[in-house]
Amino acid sequence: MSDRVRDDALRQLGHYVALLILAAFALAPIWVMIATSFKNEVLVQDSTPLWFFFVPTLDNYAHILDRGRFDRYLTNSAIVATASTAMTLLLGGFCAYALARTSFRGRQLMANSTLLVRMVPPAVLAVPAFAFVLASGVENDLVVLTVLYTALNLPFAIWLLFGFYKQIPVELEEAAIVDGASPLQVFFRVLLPLMKSGYAVAAIFTFRIAWNEFILALLLTGRRTRTLPVAAAGYITDTGVEWGRIMAMGTLIVIPPLLFTFFAARQIIAGMTAGAVKG
Amino acid sequence: MTDGTTDPLTRPLPAPTPRPRFEAGFLTPYAFIGPALVVMAAGLLYPVVMAFYLSFYDWQIGLELEDAPFVGLTNFGRMLVDHQVWEVLWVTIRFGFWTITIEMTLGIALALLLEKPIRGASVFRTIFILPLMVSPVVVGLIWRYLFDARVGWINYYAGAWFGIEPQIWLGDPQLAFFAIVFVDIWQWTPFIFIIVLAGLQALPSEVVEASTIDGATWWQQILFVKLPMIRSILVIALLMRLIDVFRGLEVMLIMTGGGPGRSTELLSLHIYNRAFETQQLGYASAISVLLILIVFGMSAAILLLANPMRERSDV
Repeated sequence: MSDRVRDDALRQLGHYVALLILAAFALAPIWVMIATSFKNEVLVQDSTPLWFFFVPTLDNYAHILDRGRFDRYLTNSAIVATASTAMTLLLGGFCAYALARTSFRGRQLMANSTLLVRMVPPAVLAVPAFAFVLASGVENDLVVLTVLYTALNLPFAIWLLFGFYKQIPVELEEAAIVDGASPLQVFFRVLLPLMKSGYAVAAIFTFRIAWNEFILALLLTGRRTRTLPVAAAGYITDTGVEWGRIMAMGTLIVIPPLLFTFFAARQIIAGMTAGAVKG
Repeated sequence: MTDGTTDPLTRPLPAPTPRPRFEAGFLTPYAFIGPALVVMAAGLLYPVVMAFYLSFYDWQIGLELEDAPFVGLTNFGRMLVDHQVWEVLWVTIRFGFWTITIEMTLGIALALLLEKPIRGASVFRTIFILPLMVSPVVVGLIWRYLFDARVGWINYYAGAWFGIEPQIWLGDPQLAFFAIVFVDIWQWTPFIFIIVLAGLQALPSEVVEASTIDGATWWQQILFVKLPMIRSILVIALLMRLIDVFRGLEVMLIMTGGGPGRSTELLSLHIYNRAFETQQLGYASAISVLLILIVFGMSAAILLLANPMRERSDV
């Protein structure tokens, strides 16, 4: 009996050691970025790893914030990410609701095609989007980006929200309709409160993709409409790479996604597995 | 006066209220679906159709689209004999083979080993999804720094731990290819691990216990009970990673730009380079058509062969 207890304890210890090694592997590069962003030029150029104990400096951040037009890029990124998230949730939510609650001609086709468009590689969108902007002479690139990000995110959002709507018993809505509620009232008063976590997951995924996207933003934005990832990549120049500043920029860019992760890890995992795990 | 209807036992059941139908309102389902369809048509369908259209033109940057000559299937003919396209296709296939094989093997093995729920699991899960949340551009920047020949840390640890001489990692075709595979494994193995783990932990415990009682060994249990039961998850994970191999380009664009030579140039990145470095928009569109056909064909084949949706009765 005591042998078994000891075996179990050992197995659990091994379990934890394995998990710790994996966690260190996952975290290390992200930490390197954060640490490097607080190093001065001399320390950055030293190739001997210095993980924790050095005199931190805010020079890199000061440079970015003062002279890097950071506020403009931040505003652009925030506008595009927020607007496309709002549009995705609104349009995707309606669409998922109708798909989950009705049977109409073309419903099956619609459900399958949302899966299909998920596969379109962004590189394929790049040339046509570039051609469109050239031909139409649209002034506001951010609107084009917002529409593209919404389109890119809609299939996944619809797919995800569809699963959440399916879990809500239809009797709830029927009762409300019997009580005289209009379809819109049913949607906003009955369903939406129950769909909070579903919309939260969809929002995190949509925001993250729009916030992080690079290729389309690189091609479609100009000096004034640049987003943060494009600005970060701009720090790599032919004359040299300013690693401290790049890492400071990178650290600032990952703050929102990291905050989401810490506060909503459970929901994110639910979203990742939604397509794979039944229910 | 006794009326049958007053007696609760003899009163006839009220006619069932007709089930209120969604369509009964002033909004049809099409009104709910329409706006999303319009945006997807504008942002996804239109560009894809446009890519097909552009592939028939010899359009270069600097030329008005209206002035670009129609060249029929010339772009496609050129593609067939373009050794660069075949080269990057081969790079993409090798990249997909190595990353997916290693990620799936590691991810599944780890999930099977660490399947038992333990205290603090949620902390570890949070840490494991962090690499996925980091912007691809930032992933590329971090690893470009780490693999840097002069200031990077990889050279230090390769020397200290494995006795490897300092290398110019991103300047050598084979080492650069190794580097992008390594980064992909760093970023995506946790994803496979987490979704396989979720699948394993959702298995009904009776089935697994029953096989234990029947005398199944640990290996038999994995091969004949657990893995077959999470088959649909494995197929979808494989499919998603395969699609990503043909979608991703940002990490390579930042780390190596596809070089040295074309040793790290995936098909997506090649389209980008063709369009915006060598400025052949029409020809790049023809390669886009090839990419679309590959991704759709591959996905359709997997879905038809393995049909992971069969168990998702709600679709």
